[in-house]
Amino acid sequence: MLFVWPKELKQLGLLGMNSRNINYIARHNPRHLYPIVDNKLLTKKAAIDAGIRVPELLGVIESNHELSKLPQLLAPLTQFVIKPTRGSGGKGILVISGREFDFFLKTNGSKILQSDIRRHVNNILSGLYSLGGKPDKAMIEAMIQYDDIFNEYTYEGVPDLRVIVYKGFPIMAMLRCATHSSDGRANLHQGAIGVGIDILTGKSQYAVQHGRPVTEHPDTGKSFKDLSIPYWQEILRLTAGCHEMTGLGYIGCDIVIDKEQGPMILELNARPGLAIQLACGLGLEKRLSFIDRLSTEVMEQDADKRVSFLMSNQFQE
Amino acid sequence: MSPRAQVYLLGLLLIIMGLGLMAYKSEMLSMPVKPGEYATVWTVEAKVGFTADGGAVKVSLALPKNQNNMEVIEELFSSSGYGFNIYDNAGHKRAEWTKRMASGKQTLYYKLDVYKRPSGEGLPEFDASKMRAKPNWQGERQEALRNAAASIINNSWQTSSNKESFARQLLKSLNDKSNNDARLIHNNLPDKKTVDIALDLLSLAEIPAHIIRGIYLEDDRNRMSADALVEIFDGEKWIVFSPNTGAKGLPDNFLVWQRGDVSMLDVAGGSRSAVSFSVLANDVPARKVALEQMGGEQAALLDYSIYSLPIEQQSVFKFILLVPIGALIVIFLRVVIGIRTAGTFMPVLLAIAFIQTHLLNGVLIFLLILSIGLFVRSYLSRLDLLLVARIAAVVVIVVCLMSFISIVSFKLGVEQALTITFFPMIIIAWTIEHMSILWEDDGPMEVLIQTAGSLLVAIMCYLAMTNHYIEHWMFNFPELLFTLLGMIIILGHYTGYRMSELLRFRYMRRS
Ligand SMILES: Nc1ncnc2c1ncn2[C@@H]1O[C@H](COP(=O)(O)OP(=O)(O)O)[C@@H](O)[C@H]1O
Ligand SMILES: [Mg+2]
Repeated sequence: MLFVWPKELKQLGLLGMNSRNINYIARHNPRHLYPIVDNKLLTKKAAIDAGIRVPELLGVIESNHELSKLPQLLAPLTQFVIKPTRGSGGKGILVISGREFDFFLKTNGSKILQSDIRRHVNNILSGLYSLGGKPDKAMIEAMIQYDDIFNEYTYEGVPDLRVIVYKGFPIMAMLRCATHSSDGRANLHQGAIGVGIDILTGKSQYAVQHGRPVTEHPDTGKSFKDLSIPYWQEILRLTAGCHEMTGLGYIGCDIVIDKEQGPMILELNARPGLAIQLACGLGLEKRLSFIDRLSTEVMEQDADKRVSFLMSNQFQE
Repeated sequence: MSPRAQVYLLGLLLIIMGLGLMAYKSEMLSMPVKPGEYATVWTVEAKVGFTADGGAVKVSLALPKNQNNMEVIEELFSSSGYGFNIYDNAGHKRAEWTKRMASGKQTLYYKLDVYKRPSGEGLPEFDASKMRAKPNWQGERQEALRNAAASIINNSWQTSSNKESFARQLLKSLNDKSNNDARLIHNNLPDKKTVDIALDLLSLAEIPAHIIRGIYLEDDRNRMSADALVEIFDGEKWIVFSPNTGAKGLPDNFLVWQRGDVSMLDVAGGSRSAVSFSVLANDVPARKVALEQMGGEQAALLDYSIYSLPIEQQSVFKFILLVPIGALIVIFLRVVIGIRTAGTFMPVLLAIAFIQTHLLNGVLIFLLILSIGLFVRSYLSRLDLLLVARIAAVVVIVVCLMSFISIVSFKLGVEQALTITFFPMIIIAWTIEHMSILWEDDGPMEVLIQTAGSLLVAIMCYLAMTNHYIEHWMFNFPELLFTLLGMIIILGHYTGYRMSELLRFRYMRRS
């Protein structure tokens, strides 16, 4: 089959790009609230204020003349991540997982020098990776030590969990697992695997790579069948709380699970992609309209109550 | 009212308003809805080349005569470093370039736009009293030649009834390969062309005759030399013949450059001089007609139309009015089809550049610049430059490439490439930057997809923007802008699936 008929997509309740932009993003995400999610530094601050855990911030480089601080900043660090504060789609993210003599080790094992990092930071500052090429800042973050449970589900990269939260209700989730071809980053269009996660149980349902179904990780051979995400209830509450934190109605929360500290928010997206539907094998439209039909009393509950409401209703009226 | 209903209402209103105004203008003010006839304007370029001896130089070039069926609209001379003037020499207009010192290869240009009128034929009056000097074929050795000439003249005389048919017979025999006399004459005078021989024979027969030099207006002809015709006087009027076929009459598409026995080009102080011509056709709508029809008092709408602007601004507006068409197409292709392009409206700018360069040239130049640019940029990325500086550097390189392409194509005689100066350089530099990041992050495949997407969209825009109908409508009915606006507003509220999504979700799990 080369394509699907629009009628079929409609039946599956698939959300298209145009509909997402007009009916959900434009309608429920007020523009003036975007900076909180578009700027990762502001997201971090807002999350800390709201009592939500985030990866530790180790330093910020704001401008070119601060580049000279870089050696001093990096000296005590062995594992860290450098990223643009306004990047998206995994662009400009450098994950350093160790050091060897003068070299810094990337997750894929290749070695780079401090001068390479400096150039990378320079690129970030000049806006190479940010939307519209606006000058940007570079942030240095602690590297997440992912939970052992994911050991065989990812290759050279931290798996992150994407949860779509609509009006404060988490409605769909997928785990993104890095592969060799995605270069340690967990962005689907770069070749990472999307594992659809049942929003009610945290268990895997389905998995895709490049839009096609897969059953096991191509690099490790581990089957996704019995993957179950730990801390599931806590994750649901965490993501539901992002609604209050940002004021946005339609967001994608990126969650990572640290070995010691448990789930934390990596970043938030005001324009979350549609690939999650492929990963779950489910259309978003039905769940979105389920939420739209809820009464205001239900909507005005706090995050914990909203999650338990979902648990008991299971998207059924 | 829901925003959705508002959008559709506003959109429809705008569409109707635009179409209504258009209908009013075409009904009441008889502005033609169909594009009128397109008249062809020919751009002819004469290129004078010679090698200067190192001293003073004087170049004089015959200029085209006014002709009943041709109208010279505009003339342009290039005279870098030369003194230039136009003078009249006994009814012949000539251009003269002068310079105190020149050496080496020299090139001078004269360019003109001519419009061929559908009607009007023939050439103006011409003094018939002057006879061409008879050829000097004296002596023993030329006897055979003299006899052959006399024999041809005699035969033609026998087989004709008047001067016109005599001339035709003469030309026929001269071109007849099996005619022994003609062969003998050609062999004896190997340097002379048939025209010159014909003129010699005509003068021996006491018929006033002279040469006409000029060029045939045919599209896209480069580096051709002037063609010659023969004109004879039959006692009442001048008649033109083609020396090679004997066909009578001035060919319809013949631009007379010089008439009578004066030289085409004189160069003093130089050698190896030659003049060559290139011809290019441009289609221009014959708007004048429409304009004359619309004149009158009721046309307040027209007083504020684009025609009230000076010609130069009009031609600028022609482009500006086409930009919204490009924008509409871009929106359609992105929102309904789902084509990915590099930079939202970059393809429109590209399409405008293509209009100037012609499609194929434009696409080739774009791909060339893009690939060389990507190559250079991959080196620049190793130099630790700031982004702004890097883009500026790429701009400089793009400009270098363009100059280079212009110069090379000019040397090769490909004229269109010269206009690539219209390429939106900054945008291309940004595109190169964007593509190179894409290459690093998402691999060459994505670069290919986006380049192809951008090109596809640009070509679609180009095709729409160069469509005669669309061009005519946008220029003559600018109120259609309202219609476009309405369509854009409605498209902006399209929430259906994109065509590309039918592909993207083809492996979607069906339950
Ligand atoms: N602190 C971190 N530790 C380990 N990996 C990280 C860290 N931050 C980001 N990554 C990796 O980079 C990917 C993209 O990061 P994210 O912050 O979501 O940026 P983007 O907005 O570009 O998607 C993550 O999925 C993860 O694999
Ligand atoms: Mg992300």
